Amino acid sequence: MRTDSLLTVSNVSKHFGGVVAVNGVTFKLKKGEVIGIIGPNGSGKTTLVNIITGFIRPDKGKIFFKGKDITGCPPYTITDMGIARTFQMIRPFYQLPAYKNLIPSLFSPRVRRLVGGKYGDRDAVAMDILEEVGFERDSSVPYKDARNLPHGYLKRLELGRCIALRPEVIILDELFSGMSIAEVTSTVPIIEKLRDEGIAIVMIEHRLLELFQITGHVLVLNFGRKIAEGTPEEVMNAPEVKEAYLGSEDVAKEEIGC
Amino acid sequence: MTKRKERIDRGIKVRSDGIYALNSYREILYLAFPRLLPVVGLLAVVPFFSLYWQEVIASTAIYALLAVSWELLYMTGLISLGQSLFYGVGAYIAGALNASWGFPIYLTVPIATVGGGLLCALMLLPVLRLRGIYFAMVTLVLPLMFSRLVEATRILGGTNGLTGIDSFPNHWISFCLIQIALLVAFFGFRRLEGSDYGLVIKGINDNDRAIMSSGINIYWYKTQVLFLAGAVGCFAGAYGAHHDMFAGMPGFALDYSILPIAAAAVGGMGSFAGPLLGAFILVPLSEILRALGALRIVFYGLFLVFAVVGLPEGLFHFIRRKYEQIERWVEVDK
Ligand SMILES: Nc1ncnc2c1ncn2[C@@H]1O[C@H](COP(=O)(O)OP(=O)(O)O)[C@@H](O)[C@H]1O
Ligand SMILES: [Mg+2]
Repeated sequence: MRTDSLLTVSNVSKHFGGVVAVNGVTFKLKKGEVIGIIGPNGSGKTTLVNIITGFIRPDKGKIFFKGKDITGCPPYTITDMGIARTFQMIRPFYQLPAYKNLIPSLFSPRVRRLVGGKYGDRDAVAMDILEEVGFERDSSVPYKDARNLPHGYLKRLELGRCIALRPEVIILDELFSGMSIAEVTSTVPIIEKLRDEGIAIVMIEHRLLELFQITGHVLVLNFGRKIAEGTPEEVMNAPEVKEAYLGSEDVAKEEIGC
Repeated sequence: MTKRKERIDRGIKVRSDGIYALNSYREILYLAFPRLLPVVGLLAVVPFFSLYWQEVIASTAIYALLAVSWELLYMTGLISLGQSLFYGVGAYIAGALNASWGFPIYLTVPIATVGGGLLCALMLLPVLRLRGIYFAMVTLVLPLMFSRLVEATRILGGTNGLTGIDSFPNHWISFCLIQIALLVAFFGFRRLEGSDYGLVIKGINDNDRAIMSSGINIYWYKTQVLFLAGAVGCFAGAYGAHHDMFAGMPGFALDYSILPIAAAAVGGMGSFAGPLLGAFILVPLSEILRALGALRIVFYGLFLVFAVVGLPEGLFHFIRRKYEQIERWVEVDK
């Protein structure tokens, strides 16, 4: 039952004081599949990511990766197994040049294991990855300190950090927020390429247009509960979803943002 | 018309960090001079000092070792208020092995260094998850606990300490050992800092979440850092035990904890050269001030206050800026 899915989230719940942030969420992610997760602000999306990646221990429920129970494992173990994530609240190494921000990932036991001991030149590999996520190689941008980079670059730096880990699953927590339209447009093909390479992706996103371009499998959270799952049409026509977004119409319009 | 200070980097062409394109002997000299200064100073100049001042420099080197050890922990985000733990553990291990079991010096010092480093790392392992002031509190308490333990149980010579420890065969061996050890620790740590390993440990300090999300076990790295810092501190203690032919409760005294921090504050935190420089100012200064008798601590304290208030960035960073940048006043229009 669990064998065909790469990542299984099974009936996971978490409350903070009186707030139920995540409430009995279940879903499965197959190899090479992209799942979009949408929902109003505060619906528990980031908390769900934190639970999967080991930053928060769930009150109830289990997470399985490749059939192994990883619930309660520390973040570095989970990353080491092959689940990489971006942070919605980015915190790069501000005083380091952009390409140096990838060094910890390239230095990690996982990558060293995968490349068989030695990386010739980590800096060179970092430059290649930065180019992949849209840093202009021949410009000064990859050498600039992270604190001097625009927000859109920092978001893509987060993506680069994930790619550097050669993961099997990537979880993107609102990668597109804070990016310009042009940046979003140029980032979509990068994600599609990762998908086509067989990396499974969980994509939390408010930009529905681009999300639906990348994936036909969406699930909707509201107040921590999964209220719908299916294709974009199925999901957007579900009465619960309409109600959830209607409940806070202004926010909904802003969030759908297209 | 107002004036503004303009700073210009001196003309070394830097391609990317760490790779210099050296064009002339002048530039090589420019880069080599600050690096050669401690080597030449310690190994070629100090030997011409009087015996008394050589001894002062040797004891300065002990504090300098504790100070660079402190800086390594600080870089990783571990604030240590108990460097004397390392000194005391190193001194007692070397002392006990030598005085009680007759191990020769060439075994006691390495065993105390490595074994002491391991022991200190193990002792601090349970509190590695604590951050900031909580970790600091534990480091402060541990050496105090140890000295009370020795006092109460009368193990390891009790309040009398361990005496009859072998001294080094002669003054020059002793002198060279401590100076070379200091240079090895200093340049070794600097090298570590500049490597990818150093980038990771500094990353643990300012962004441990991102380091964990890179699949790196931050607790394992902190343990390694504790071992390295502990080993350097324990070496200082082992050396001290043989040098003084004594290991006892004073090894856990606050001096060994406070002076390294004061050295880092005066010299400048964030680099290994800062604490080193700080130690080489504070320890000799305290010797010079001996002439003042009872007022010594007052002047010492005043110096500390003025140094830290006057140059909050630390002396090393100040000198470095002056060395690497040309400053001039330029006029700017309102
Ligand atoms: N560390 C925390 N402590 C207390 N409450 C939290 C914490 N993290 C999230 N929450 C609460 O849990 C709910 C879900 O938050 P979050 O997962 O960030 O939502 P989303 O990412 O969907 O916007 C919110 O009500 C939020 O206030
Ligand atoms: Mg969120």
